[in-house]
Amino acid sequence: MDFFQGMADNFSNLWTIIGDLTVTGLTQGAIYALIALGYTLVYGVLQLINFAHSEVFLVGAFGSVMVWGWLGYSSGAAAVPPLLVVIGMLLLGAVTASIFSGGTALIIERVAYRPLRRKNAPRLIFLITAIGASVAISEIVGLLVDRKVVSTPALVHQKFQVWFDPSDIGLNINSFGITNLQIGIVLCAIGMWLALDLFLNRTKFGLGIRSVAQDEDTAALMGVNKDRVIMLTFLLGGLAAGVAAVLYNLKFPQITFDMGFLLGIKAFTAAVLGGIGNLRGALVGGLVLGLVENWGAGFFGNDWMNVTAFVVLVVVLMFRPTGILGDSLGKARA
Amino acid sequence: MTLTDKLRTAGQKIRTADEKRASFIQGARGRWHDLPKAWRIAAALAGVVVLFALPNLYIPGIPFRTDEVDGGNSFGFVLSTIAIYVLVAIGLNVVIGMAGLLDLGYIGFYAVGAYSVALFGSPQSIVATKFPWLICVPIAIALAMVSGVILGTPTLRLRGDYLAIVTLGFGEIVRLIAVNAEFTNGTSGLGGMPTPPGTWPAGTELEGTKLFSVNDSRPFYWLTLVLIFAVIFGVKQLERSRVGRSWLALREDEDAASLMGVATFQFKLWAFAIGAGIGGLSGAMFASRNGHFGSNSITLLLSIMFVAAVVLGGQGNILGVTVGTVLAFYLPERFRSFADKRDLIFGLALILIMVLRPQGLLPSRRRARELADRRQEAKEATIVG
Amino acid sequence: MRRTLVRTLTGVAVAAALIGTAACAPADKSDDTGSGGCTYKIAMMGPITGPNAGLGKPILESVKLAVDQHNKKDAAHCVTLVESDDKGDEAVAPGLAQQLVQDQKVLGVVGPAFSGPTKASGQIFEDGALPIISASATRPDLADNGWKTFHRSLGNDASQGPAVGKFIKDTLKAAKVFLIDDKSEYGTGLADQAATALGSAVVDRQSIQPKQTDFSAIASAVNAAKPDVVFFAGYYAEGGPLAKALKTAGVTATFVGPDGIKDQGFIDGAADAADGSIITCPCVPAEKATGTFAADYKAMFGADAGTYGAEAYDAATVFLTGISAGVDSRAKMLEHVNAYDAPGVSKHIKFDDKGEIDKSVIVIWTYDVVDGKIVAREPIQ
Repeated sequence: MDFFQGMADNFSNLWTIIGDLTVTGLTQGAIYALIALGYTLVYGVLQLINFAHSEVFLVGAFGSVMVWGWLGYSSGAAAVPPLLVVIGMLLLGAVTASIFSGGTALIIERVAYRPLRRKNAPRLIFLITAIGASVAISEIVGLLVDRKVVSTPALVHQKFQVWFDPSDIGLNINSFGITNLQIGIVLCAIGMWLALDLFLNRTKFGLGIRSVAQDEDTAALMGVNKDRVIMLTFLLGGLAAGVAAVLYNLKFPQITFDMGFLLGIKAFTAAVLGGIGNLRGALVGGLVLGLVENWGAGFFGNDWMNVTAFVVLVVVLMFRPTGILGDSLGKARA
Repeated sequence: MTLTDKLRTAGQKIRTADEKRASFIQGARGRWHDLPKAWRIAAALAGVVVLFALPNLYIPGIPFRTDEVDGGNSFGFVLSTIAIYVLVAIGLNVVIGMAGLLDLGYIGFYAVGAYSVALFGSPQSIVATKFPWLICVPIAIALAMVSGVILGTPTLRLRGDYLAIVTLGFGEIVRLIAVNAEFTNGTSGLGGMPTPPGTWPAGTELEGTKLFSVNDSRPFYWLTLVLIFAVIFGVKQLERSRVGRSWLALREDEDAASLMGVATFQFKLWAFAIGAGIGGLSGAMFASRNGHFGSNSITLLLSIMFVAAVVLGGQGNILGVTVGTVLAFYLPERFRSFADKRDLIFGLALILIMVLRPQGLLPSRRRARELADRRQEAKEATIVG
Repeated sequence: MRRTLVRTLTGVAVAAALIGTAACAPADKSDDTGSGGCTYKIAMMGPITGPNAGLGKPILESVKLAVDQHNKKDAAHCVTLVESDDKGDEAVAPGLAQQLVQDQKVLGVVGPAFSGPTKASGQIFEDGALPIISASATRPDLADNGWKTFHRSLGNDASQGPAVGKFIKDTLKAAKVFLIDDKSEYGTGLADQAATALGSAVVDRQSIQPKQTDFSAIASAVNAAKPDVVFFAGYYAEGGPLAKALKTAGVTATFVGPDGIKDQGFIDGAADAADGSIITCPCVPAEKATGTFAADYKAMFGADAGTYGAEAYDAATVFLTGISAGVDSRAKMLEHVNAYDAPGVSKHIKFDDKGEIDKSVIVIWTYDVVDGKIVAREPIQ
C-alpha cells in the first residue's frame, strides 16, 4: 500500500510542477537536439559514431566565452549591456563558436578519421581514435583554463514573456512562465534544423552529401568528391554544435572542461532516440529526451534524472531499434 | 617539396617501418613456435616466476617501480590494480575481440561483482549476511552473469553501434543506481570487505598474520595472477571449441554464420554472460583488495578506458590486450610527474597508435589478416576509383 | 640464429628469476639518499592533480609554508615533505597509504583531504600506527571507526549541522526550510544533521548530482514548496549554478550553504544570485586568525589562503612542534598529538579521545555575501 501511496504522491508532485518541467525540458532538449544534429549528420554519411563531437561543442563554448572576455564581457555580476550590444555579442559569439567548433570538427576528421578511412579500418577503430581525440581535446582545454570552472557572462536579461496559470481553468498545476531566453533557444534549434534541412535538400552540396550517404562508390563514380563531402558534413555538424555552445553559455552560468562527456552521451542518446542519421529525428529525439528526463526528475526526484533518460533509451531501442522516426539520412529522407 | 608532401613521405616512412616491425613480430612468433617444447616450457616457467616475484623485484639502475618516484604509489598496490584490470581486459576481450560485440558499459558488470562482495560480505551492508570471501566470490560471478543475460536478452538483437550505446547506457544506469540507492550507501560506500582466507607461511617476516589485508596488496596480486592464468586457460579452451568457432563466424559475418546454422543469438548471449562473469570476478577482487567500495570507484570513463586498452593492445589476442592494459594503467602511475598531462598524452597516443596500427600493438594473427584484407580492398578501390 | 635467440631468451628469464628471488629485500629502500638529508618526513595526502586539485592546493601550500618556516627556524630537526597525490580518488588512496606506512621516516600525515579516501585508507594508517590529521575531511562517522591514529583539525559536520539548524531556526526565524544535498559523503552527512536539528521545519529534501549543471527541475520543486530558507549541503561547483537557477526561477528564500561553498567559485557561479546568501563554516575568518599566517601565505604564494588552508597549517604545526621537541617515532608522535593543547591559527587545537577537535573550542562562523564578497557576520552562539 505504501508503495502505491508513494507513487500517487510522486505523481501529484510531478503534476503540480509539470508546467515548469515541460518548459525547461523543451529548452534543454533544444540544446541536445543541436548537438545531436552533428552526431546524426556524421552517422548518416559515414555510419560512424563521432565520439569526439562533444568536444567540438566544448571548444565552441570556451571559444565564445574567451572572445566575450576579451571584449570586456566576462563573468560575474556585471550589468546586462544595452540591447544593441547584446545582439552584437550574440552574433559575434555565434560566429566565434562556429569557427572554433567547425575548425575542431575539421581537425578531428583530418587527424583521427581520414587516415583510417584510407585503410578501410573497422568502425571500432574509428571509435577508439575518437575517444582518444575526445580525451585529448578536453584535456587541452582543461590545461588551458587550469581545470577551473569558467563562468559565463550574463548577456541576456532573462524575464518572463508569457505567464500561465492553469488553476484558472481548474487544473491543480502551479503557475509557470516562459522566459525570452527559453523561447529563443527553442526557436534557434528549430531554425538551425530548418536551415540544415534546406541545405541538404535544396543545394548542390546537399545533394552531394545525400548521394555519399546513399552509396559512396556510385557517388564517387558520378564525380562527387567524397573527401570534400565528408569534410563538409563535419563542418555542418560543427556549426550546429557552435550554435548549441552559445545557447548553452547563455543558459548556464558555468562551463567546465569535462562537461562534454555527459552532454555528448545525452545528445547521442537523443540522436539514437529519434533515429540516427535522420535530421528530423535528432530534433524530435532531443526534445523528447529533455522532456522525459525532466518529468522523470519531477516524478522520481532530481537524483534519478539521468537514470530516466538512459532507461528510456534502452526501452525505446528494445522495441523500436531504429528510433522514433527511423534512420538513414540517405534512404528515408532523400 | 611542399610541407604536405614532406609530411606524407614521413608518414609513409613510418608506415613502412611499422610494417617491418609487424613482420618482425610475426617472425618472432614463428621462431617461438619452432622452439623445442622443453625450451618453451622452461622459458614460460621463468616468465611466470618473474611475474610472481615482481612486487619484490628491484633492479639497480632501472627504476621501473612506481614507488621509486617521489610521492609514488605502492608498487604492490599498482601491480594488483593492473592485474585486476588485466582480468577485466581478458573478459572484455571475449565480448569485443572474440565475439565482436562492442560493449562500452562493461564497468556495470564489474560494479555488480564488487557490490555483491560488499553486500553479502561487509558487516556494514543492509544484507549483512557476512558470508566469507569464498562464498561471496561465486555469488559475485553468478550475479554478474545473470545481469549479463538480463541486459543481453533484449539488446543483443541490436546492430553494432546501437549495442554500443545501449551498453553505455547500462553502465551509466548501474553507476547512478550505485550513487542513489540506499543499499549501496552511495558515495560513502561499504567497508570491511571479507578477504580470502590464509596466513603468511612459516619463514616469512609476517609469519602467522593474515595473508590478505588492506595493508599489503601483494597477496592480492599473486592471487589475481593465479586467477588470470586460470581464466586464460578456460578462455583458450573455449576459443578452440565449437563456441569459439561460432564466435569467430559471427564476428566476421553474422548473416553468413546464421545461414550456416550458427545459433547467433545464443552464442552472443554466451559471450556476454561469460564476459560479464569475468568482469564480476574482477570487480569482486577489486572490492576485497581495497577493503572498501563506493560509487566513486565506478566511472564511465574507466569503462571506456578498458575498451581502449583492449583495442590498443590488439583485440582478439590475449597477450595483446594484456600488454595494452598494462601500458594504459602502468605508465601513468610510473610517470606521475607528468600527472597533469597524462590523460592528454594518453589521448594523443591512442590516436597515433590507432592511425598507424589499427590492428593494435599485438593483434591476433587472424584479426591482422582481416585488417590487411580490408586495407587491400581499400587500395584496389582507390585504383579503380 | 635460432640457438642464440633461445639462449638469450632463457638466459634473461633465468637471470630475472634469480634477481627476483634474491632481491626480495624491501628493507634497503628506505635509506634513501638525497631529499636534503633530513631525518624525518611528514606527508600531505590529498588531490594535487585532477579535477579536485583546486581543493587540495591551499592545503598543500599551507603545509609547505609550515614546513618551510619550521626548517628555517629549526634546521637541526629539519623535515622533508612528501606530496602524496590521491586525486581525491578513493580507489587510489589505499596504495598511497601503504606506501607512506612503509616509509618509517614518515611520522605524520596531513590528510587525507577528502572523506572518501580517508575512509578507504584509515585502517591502513591505523595498522601502521601512523598518526594522521585531516584538515578537511568532515564526515562525522570517520571518527567512529575506532582508529586511534585518526585526528582532524576542524569541526565535523555533526558540529556544523546542528549549529546550522539552530541558526536557521533562531536567527533567521525560518518556518519552512528546503534541504538540498549533493549526494557526496560530505553533503549527505551535513544535510542529515541539519534535518535532525530542524525537525518539522523541513518541508522537503532533494538531492542533486555532482557535476550537474542544470538545476531547473529542482528549482521548480523549490518554487512549489515556497520555503523561507534553502539550505544546500554541498560544494561550490554545484552551489553557484544552483543559487543562480533558484533566483532565475523566482525563488526568494534565503540561500544558506556550508563551508563547501565558501569559495570565490560560488560567487562566480551564482553571479548576481550570490548576494544575500549566507555561508556557515567551522572556520575562523582570516582577519580574526591569530599570527601572521595570512600574510605569510600571501607573501609566499601570491594569493590568499583558500578554504582549509589555516586548518592544514595547524595540522602540520602539530607534527612539526613534535619533531622539534625530539619526537623520533610514530608512537611518540601519536602521544604528542593526543596531548597537544595550544592555540593554532584557525582555532585552539586540542583533540578529544576520538581525534575530534575538543567540542568546547569549535566555533561555527556565519558569513554574508555582500557585493560579491564573503564577509564575516558573527559566530553562532
